[in-house]
Amino acid sequence: MTDFIKTSASRSLENAVQEHFIPAEAPWSGIVRKGQTIRIEDSYGQQAIDTLFYRADDFAERYSSQDTMRTQGGAYIGTGTKIISNEGNVMLIMTADSCGRHDTSAGACSCESNTVRFGHGTKYLHACRDNFVLEVTKHGMSKRDIVPNINFFMNVPIKPNGEMTIVDGISASGDYVELVAEMDVLCVISNCPQINNPCNGFDPTPIRVLIWDGED
Amino acid sequence: MMHVRRSPEEIAANRQRYEEHQKKGLEFAPKALPAPSPLPAPAIDAAAIIHQETIPGGWHWSTALKRGEALRIDQAEGGSTVALVAWNAADTSERLNLVDTVKVQWTTALGKGRVIFSDMGRVMFSLIEDSSGAHDCLMGGSTAASNAAKYPGVKTRNTRDNLVLVAGKLGLTRRDIPAILNLFAPVRVDDDGGFHWRGKLSNSGDYAELRAEMDMIVGLSNCPHPLDPDPVYAPKPVIVTRFRAPVPAVDDLSRTATAEALRGFENNASMLA
Ligand SMILES: [Zn+2]
Repeated sequence: MTDFIKTSASRSLENAVQEHFIPAEAPWSGIVRKGQTIRIEDSYGQQAIDTLFYRADDFAERYSSQDTMRTQGGAYIGTGTKIISNEGNVMLIMTADSCGRHDTSAGACSCESNTVRFGHGTKYLHACRDNFVLEVTKHGMSKRDIVPNINFFMNVPIKPNGEMTIVDGISASGDYVELVAEMDVLCVISNCPQINNPCNGFDPTPIRVLIWDGED
Repeated sequence: MMHVRRSPEEIAANRQRYEEHQKKGLEFAPKALPAPSPLPAPAIDAAAIIHQETIPGGWHWSTALKRGEALRIDQAEGGSTVALVAWNAADTSERLNLVDTVKVQWTTALGKGRVIFSDMGRVMFSLIEDSSGAHDCLMGGSTAASNAAKYPGVKTRNTRDNLVLVAGKLGLTRRDIPAILNLFAPVRVDDDGGFHWRGKLSNSGDYAELRAEMDMIVGLSNCPHPLDPDPVYAPKPVIVTRFRAPVPAVDDLSRTATAEALRGFENNASMLA
């Protein structure tokens, strides 16, 4: 675990309104209110953190990877990226990023896609889609509500010829992203359990989530 | 917080397995893929045609498509982009999944010989003919707002609203609209992730044929792509033809091109058994 890194004079570990430790391979969900800032910390480094956002008062409005990429004209997520919903609204804005490379093209791992990618012998391994299904069910949603997600800290370069592979993440212990919410959102995280590709160095590790109230 | 790390030996074994998969995925598949389909599009045997229709520029359309049937999408007058979504007819919670499609095939560049996966690890479509290989998996379609910005003062139809209409008329909702595949959209990504329209990759009269590998409902929207360089909103009609495709041979290209496709079809077979 790493020490707290200050990104704003008013933000400290002590005045965070929420602090969550998410064990390796586990899901989590929570509400981030408009104006609040959520920090997602890769505590040990090289961990992929699969994340979805839903509008808190209307789950039919949710994160859209394609609208997010289209709106900013590029494939990668970083400081300044507006997180866009399927209705074209700004859900959150990324205000800090100590890592520099996050993916939203490759989606979440699943038992089913693992059979295709890595062989039928990998079917019965814990996977992000199972985490998402369990977690969204707590909020009255189902598999049909799971859409392509953000993979914070996952490194998926796309070449001009279209070639796309998951390579070693570049995040170090304590790297973080911060996003300020532009509407009340439900944040759903699967702390990726994948051990068949290098998205988390073949060794899933715990992460930390912090939430602060707005500075006004 | 206590956390026990995996042993270096276990990590090394997993890494070795991934690198073998990656090597096969990147080196084998491009060799196996054929050249694009020839132009102009050959006529489809009239006896095999089930239905043919022209979708006017700006409009949406949907159809049932049974396993073994195929859909030819023909931008007869050139310059069209067609957004495609699909659901398993028997369980609409199973649907087109582009992120799995590009991830398991190691490429965002779909073309003849590639397949399109559902979220359940099964193959929905085989791309049995494709004259361009210039399609877009990443950017999604136009919206009322993107059209208003691009074509100020002009009344237009857009892909997002079209797909809400398609879903709504099928008893589905906004929750059911998956990420879309843009056919005939020559989008490529530069080293920084920026999107570019590579018009030279497209030909007037391009067509694609998608063979259904399960019973499906397919939705289309025929609107200009957000990156389409034409400043005038002028979507052209496209001709869609639903027809009985030839029964796949044992050495069918899409079913044998990659180890990933083979395993996907094994998942389909276990559903059909
Ligand atoms: Zn995962």
